[in-house]
Amino acid sequence: MAAKTINITLKIWRQKNCNSKGNMETYTLNDVSTASSFLEMLDQLNEQLINEKKEPVAFDHDCREGICGMCSLYINGRAHGPDTGTTTCQLHMRMFNDGDTIYVEPWRSAAFPVVKDLVVDRSAFDRIQQAGGFVSVNTSGRTMDANAIPIPKEDADKAFEAAACIGCGACVATCKNGSAMLFVGAKVSQYALLPQGRVEATQRALNMVRQMDEEGFGNCTNTGACEVECPKGISLDNIARLNREFLKASLVSNK
Amino acid sequence: MSKSVLLKSSLAKKYWMAATGLFLCLFLVGHLLGNLQLITHTGESGRRAFNEYAYFMAHNPLIKVMSWITYISILFHIIDGVLLTIENKKARPIGYAHAAGTKSSTWSSRNMALLGSLILVFIVMHGAHFWYKAKVRTDMQLHTYKIESTQDLGQNVPPQIYYTHTPSIQPIPADPNAIDVKNTTELYIKGTNIKIGEGYKDLHSVVVAFFSGKETNGVPGNENALFAVIFYVIAMVVLAFHLMHGFSSAFQSLGLRHPKYTETIKNIGNGFAILIPLLFAIIPVIIWKLNN
Repeated sequence: MAAKTINITLKIWRQKNCNSKGNMETYTLNDVSTASSFLEMLDQLNEQLINEKKEPVAFDHDCREGICGMCSLYINGRAHGPDTGTTTCQLHMRMFNDGDTIYVEPWRSAAFPVVKDLVVDRSAFDRIQQAGGFVSVNTSGRTMDANAIPIPKEDADKAFEAAACIGCGACVATCKNGSAMLFVGAKVSQYALLPQGRVEATQRALNMVRQMDEEGFGNCTNTGACEVECPKGISLDNIARLNREFLKASLVSNK
Repeated sequence: MSKSVLLKSSLAKKYWMAATGLFLCLFLVGHLLGNLQLITHTGESGRRAFNEYAYFMAHNPLIKVMSWITYISILFHIIDGVLLTIENKKARPIGYAHAAGTKSSTWSSRNMALLGSLILVFIVMHGAHFWYKAKVRTDMQLHTYKIESTQDLGQNVPPQIYYTHTPSIQPIPADPNAIDVKNTTELYIKGTNIKIGEGYKDLHSVVVAFFSGKETNGVPGNENALFAVIFYVIAMVVLAFHLMHGFSSAFQSLGLRHPKYTETIKNIGNGFAILIPLLFAIIPVIIWKLNN
């Protein structure tokens, strides 16, 4: 399909910094190519704003290939916009029609404070990861080859599917409770499924959930919205596994 | 075992929510089986069967333990639900300008707190209408009597007395003045401390009068019977939606999810959510229909 151009109205959250009160601003943007990505459209808007001597809209982005997890944006009431299985950078303007009004908002979560405009601070995820999302390896020079341990194909596949999580925060943004269970479920699962990860599984589950609670994320009510909106298709199986791992850990932990 | 973790953490709250919720599902089944006696038996034998069942439920020690677990479960489910809802509201202080999508989750799953609150309103009213009368009120008329020893009564026994421990129900001769009722249901020979049996509160007539609007065995008819029936049916619809999400959600919260049985749990949950409230709801409708 040949690319055409559309004219759109944008309603974008503008907020000077983390301390100021933000509000929705309306912008008109003409001649947007339907072949451009959503972020390219925002680049076009920023060019227009700069030419008008206005402050450009701040938004997160990095690889623009859908794998780094840096881009975010809550577009027309959906995390990463109307397309399924994609991040915002892989969302294209062909998903929109001429004359559309598009709402663009930052992730809304007490644990993800707005830094500026559409940029939120997702370091809460980093702290959860640091609380247990790793395998301790002795790097004395005699490190064991990970591939020396046989792992059933099914387990390896499930662990890989969980590890596909890019930590973008779409699950938190879309959850009506602002729960981070899909993220934590994926991170706990990717290790829990592998023999290398089992060694620290008990403390990992306890520590990561404790950190998750401290960060102020909400509680999972099993609506399943996160699974639908996740750009990487992380399954609710991982939340169930986290529930199992944590219950087990709570019962057997020495600490 | 780290005790604080199993009480305070977000996941622990979900475990309790799931465990109490599933126990209350069991309670629903037990309650329904009892209620169904209102429509499976008719006439005087139905009245007797239901009242005797109610007496059994109030006096069996095992049922008493279960009833206390039920009260505690309801209380925990409410407190836990309120705590979870408050925390979840706090987790998103600023909402979205564009309303969140509704396609990615079911309506029930997003409105469990609302549905639960409506069910609580129903439980309070239902308790005032029936539970309070059955458990607390002391001026209820007694219907069936179980006489353990009649030798001291002589010839004069009241007309509403039945032996219920013998296969054939035999009314025995009458003199209400020969009996004293103490502690609501205990039967004594007048003016003595000789206990001769137990009386059964006439809950059957209370229920029929409440939902039919007609005077039933001396219990005055409920003027708003039709409204009571409609309210009850609506409450059961609300319960159905609550169960539609709650039943399968409880298994997920407890980590019980597997490709082998998750589909089955969902199907059983949906069946449970429709069948149980439906059976509850037809009972007052039938009582109203039979009397109007």
